[in-house]
Amino acid sequence: MLVLAYLVATVGLVQGLKYMGDPAKAKMGNLVAAAAVLVALVALVAVTEKASTANLLLLLVMMGIGTLIGNIWSNRVAMTAMPQLVSIFNGLGGACALVLGLNQVYGQGTLVEDKLGGSVLLLTNLFGAVAFTGSMIAYWKLDGRKLPRPARTQKLIAQALLGLVVIAFGYYLLSPAEPAHFPVLLLAVSLAALLYGVYFALPVGGADMPVMISLLNALSGVATLMAGLVFHDPVMIIGGILVGATGIILTLQMCVAMNRSLTGVLAGKFSGSGAAQAVGEQELTSITAVETASLLAFSKQVAVVPGYGMAVAQAQRECFALQELLRQQGVDLHFIIHPVAGRMPGHMNVLLAEANIPYSSVKEMSEVNSTMEHYDTVLVIGANDVVNPAAENDPGSPIYGMPIIRAYKAKQVIVMKRSTAKGYSGAVNTLFDRQNCKVLFGDAKASLEEIINELKRI
Amino acid sequence: MDFSYTITPIDGLFVLALSLLVGFEVIKNIPAVLHTPLMSGSNAISGIILFGGITQLLTTPIENVWTIAAACLAVLLGTINLAGGFFVTHRMLSMFVVKRKPGKGPKA
Repeated sequence: MLVLAYLVATVGLVQGLKYMGDPAKAKMGNLVAAAAVLVALVALVAVTEKASTANLLLLLVMMGIGTLIGNIWSNRVAMTAMPQLVSIFNGLGGACALVLGLNQVYGQGTLVEDKLGGSVLLLTNLFGAVAFTGSMIAYWKLDGRKLPRPARTQKLIAQALLGLVVIAFGYYLLSPAEPAHFPVLLLAVSLAALLYGVYFALPVGGADMPVMISLLNALSGVATLMAGLVFHDPVMIIGGILVGATGIILTLQMCVAMNRSLTGVLAGKFSGSGAAQAVGEQELTSITAVETASLLAFSKQVAVVPGYGMAVAQAQRECFALQELLRQQGVDLHFIIHPVAGRMPGHMNVLLAEANIPYSSVKEMSEVNSTMEHYDTVLVIGANDVVNPAAENDPGSPIYGMPIIRAYKAKQVIVMKRSTAKGYSGAVNTLFDRQNCKVLFGDAKASLEEIINELKRI
Repeated sequence: MDFSYTITPIDGLFVLALSLLVGFEVIKNIPAVLHTPLMSGSNAISGIILFGGITQLLTTPIENVWTIAAACLAVLLGTINLAGGFFVTHRMLSMFVVKRKPGKGPKA
């Protein structure tokens, strides 16, 4: 029976994930995957020989509480805080792997059958621990809390910890017999990995978070895979691999989108180290909201390039209102999304969807980049590096080589900014030097509201 | 752990290799719109690590208080990951679907 249920579950998981890649079927895909897990879960509980009925009761209570907590959290979270929640969930999964591994050895007193089994257990705890603390740090960073700026020694500590883990592994594999102190070894590896997770996530900058989150997701998938090998459970193995593969693919896609190497992202560094930054103060041409409104009213094609700043200002609903208003006046408004805008892969798409902005007006960078000159006005809301022409023509710029949205090709560009601060990369944005670029200072939400009011009056 | 069948490490490797291929095949070429739901959905799936906790919790004699407590903790953590992940993905995807109905998108 278990075999049959597991077969159903496996097919369900694969099919569910496949559906999740298709906009029309995504919702069903999620349900299919959830149902698949449920089938496997019920079968597992039914088949497993129980020590007593009390165990079963305890299990049901625990799962009940867990489901309730998960439900409450996921219903309460604001869409802008979605990356944080995903990190927390991910971290809990990692913590689960850690507890399981330790319990397997300390609590169950299970003797590890052979070197293979022992290594798998060590790996379970290693990946689980890194996923746990890494996700927690990611959560704090995403939540905008101040964390100690990584010191120089930090890289050394991280490497030392990693070295420690490698040595522990080597020792384990090379020792002639099954070492009696395997539990101590496991504990040491777990602790080192916990600490390593912290140092792993600390240097990664805010704008690189999409990469970090999908990487951590992959790690917890690998932890699940390893745990599946420990428990001889094929559904855990398959699920773990699927998650690991998803995470790795997304991670690499994000890296490609930024034209940066994974190691560069992890070290929190940019390739060309700011030689171009010596340039003095830039002269910005500013514009008022009223002027912006009339500019928009006289345009035919308008595009909005949203960035993390839009999420911070919670301005997505104003974007929708603006789109509606312009549509009534015969102006077409598109949203152009850079692959790494926001703090999570696809973050901007979720926010725009929340504000009811239709799919068809949301464009990906590659779709429109060759025809940017057709746009009369481009509004850049809370984005900076992703529209910086220096990435294309200034080899000295830290972001040189990163694919950008060619907003500068539009007839007029208006950048909404709160201050004159530079983007995350610290690169000088040469967009502001262009003739066709003006800056609208102020909070994005307030500015948009002003523009909307003005448009209504016209 | 008395399963109706067990898998050997070699079986495990087969499963690993095959599902790796399937995984990459299924997931590549996904539009950016779906990156976030896909990530939170796959995050939920990684919550099936909970199965390990279930096995531990069910098979340990209830007298082993500490082992039971640890297994309970694992089950709790795993369930939050699993259930919460699916709930939040569902909520996100519901937003995508709702606005399809009015059909007032320029393409319709």
